[in-house]
Amino acid sequence: MIRALAPLLIALALPVLAQDAAAPKPETIVSGLSQNRVAITADFDGSEILVYGAIKREFPVPEGRVDVIITVEGPSGPVTVRRKERVAGIWINNASVRVDSAPSFYAVATSGELATSLSATENIRHNITIDRVIRAVGIASEADASADFVHALVRVRSDEGRYRLLENKVQLTESTLFRTDVALPANLIEGTYKVRMFVLREGRVVAVQERFIGVRKAGLERLIFNLSREQPLAYGLISLVLAAFAGWAASAAFRFIRI
Amino acid sequence: MQLYLPIAEVSVDAFLLLGIGGIVGFLSGMFGVGGGFLITPLLLFIGVPPGVAVATGANQVVASSVSGVLAQLKRKAVDFRMGFVLLVAGVAGSIVGVRVFAWMEKLGQLDLFVQLCYVVFLGFIGATMFQESLRALLRAKGGKAPVRRAHTHSWVHRLPLKMKFRTSGLYISIIPPALVGAFVGFLAAIMGVGGGFILVPAMIYLLGMPTRVVIGTSLFQIIFVTGFTTVMHAVNSQTVDMMLALLLILGGVIGAQIGTRVGVKLKAELLRVLLAALVLAVAIRIGVDLLVQPAELFSVAPGVLP
Repeated sequence: MIRALAPLLIALALPVLAQDAAAPKPETIVSGLSQNRVAITADFDGSEILVYGAIKREFPVPEGRVDVIITVEGPSGPVTVRRKERVAGIWINNASVRVDSAPSFYAVATSGELATSLSATENIRHNITIDRVIRAVGIASEADASADFVHALVRVRSDEGRYRLLENKVQLTESTLFRTDVALPANLIEGTYKVRMFVLREGRVVAVQERFIGVRKAGLERLIFNLSREQPLAYGLISLVLAAFAGWAASAAFRFIRI
Repeated sequence: MQLYLPIAEVSVDAFLLLGIGGIVGFLSGMFGVGGGFLITPLLLFIGVPPGVAVATGANQVVASSVSGVLAQLKRKAVDFRMGFVLLVAGVAGSIVGVRVFAWMEKLGQLDLFVQLCYVVFLGFIGATMFQESLRALLRAKGGKAPVRRAHTHSWVHRLPLKMKFRTSGLYISIIPPALVGAFVGFLAAIMGVGGGFILVPAMIYLLGMPTRVVIGTSLFQIIFVTGFTTVMHAVNSQTVDMMLALLLILGGVIGAQIGTRVGVKLKAELLRVLLAALVLAVAIRIGVDLLVQPAELFSVAPGVLP
């Protein structure tokens, strides 16, 4: 099998090799994360992820601006955005828009000002900023001014600390080494978190790398969560027994103290 | 100390939860109510999602009611037969309530519906009770003992299906207690409350039960209705947070024991005025939220519209 493929591989590699002789290899990213697993235990109070790395190139540091943008994206899911309106004197949810997919957490860290380091076309191509990440296709029919709803979604989640723009927070040394800290909030949701690293030159993306962080409930949290999903009836009954027992124990304990 | 709640998926201060449980437990022990009508709004206030707040609130009420009923049992102040009638009807009401709850959540009007229930029922009960108990308190101060007739006949006594309730000294139709029970079960499912604040006045004024057995009997019924509601929510919407419930319960049962002892020392009329004021305050607080323009008009809920 290998022998049969060998000529083919060589044939495929040849043009690449020929190209390499003409132009230098493009820049690549060598990176690491301080941890690629986050365990949500009972005392979980947020976590800080260190993203670090270097830009690998086989030629001198090029002229012009070099920037690094790092994004951390939590699991996505559909969300419903509702707007309150005054009806008959009271404020009730009156209009709603469904957003097909919005990340539960999103952070963008940049080495410079976002507006100058990233061009609009590259943002559209790579979906870097949060409004690009939120896919809101075909929501226009559901309510008037649906753009308001998407803006509101970003605003509400930014206020909750779920969406963050960290400008000038990536340290870039000698246009080669970079590092940043991204704080994950305490109200994390389970799932796979995607870390994307972009190297940009003059606003254009020249290298991309992705890494993943697994966020899982652990220990007691895991046990309780799984039980509630897999054995809901047993879970409900256990909750009851615990409650009844606590009630009885307190009354018994106090009787004991009194006598 | 921050604690991550596995079902609510939020991180809250454990001591804050213990404190909330303790205060609510104290009040529930003092007044003989489950305290659900306080715990659900408080949980919403600290950022627990509404579904979890209601379902877990019901679980906490189970614990404080068990604690309370044991104290009442020793005083032989539980009318089991009446409790049983209320209970059977209550379970039926609870089934309907859980359905309505799920339906409202789909419509996106759950918050509004829960808030409206709070304002309407707490407001009505609070106002009525406040007026009545204040009058009673003033009368007691005046030195004239209120005339209490052992046997007042009203429309309640003309209904069929009569039954003897020996502990309460009543011979009445089971239809009014069944209706009251069903209604309370319905509210338990929707508001995460035991319904003591409705049961207690309904038993006194509607059924004519002696005050002595009212608290014990209402606690007895509340245990089962809220217990049933807890299981229903756990199965239907998986919104019972055991960790949250345990902390609330721990604070609650201790508070309830202290509250019961304080309550015994206070005058019954004064207790009722205080309870009425508390109920009214909660109703007004929630009502204001509905009337004042919120700072953020938009809200974000994960999940899809049907």
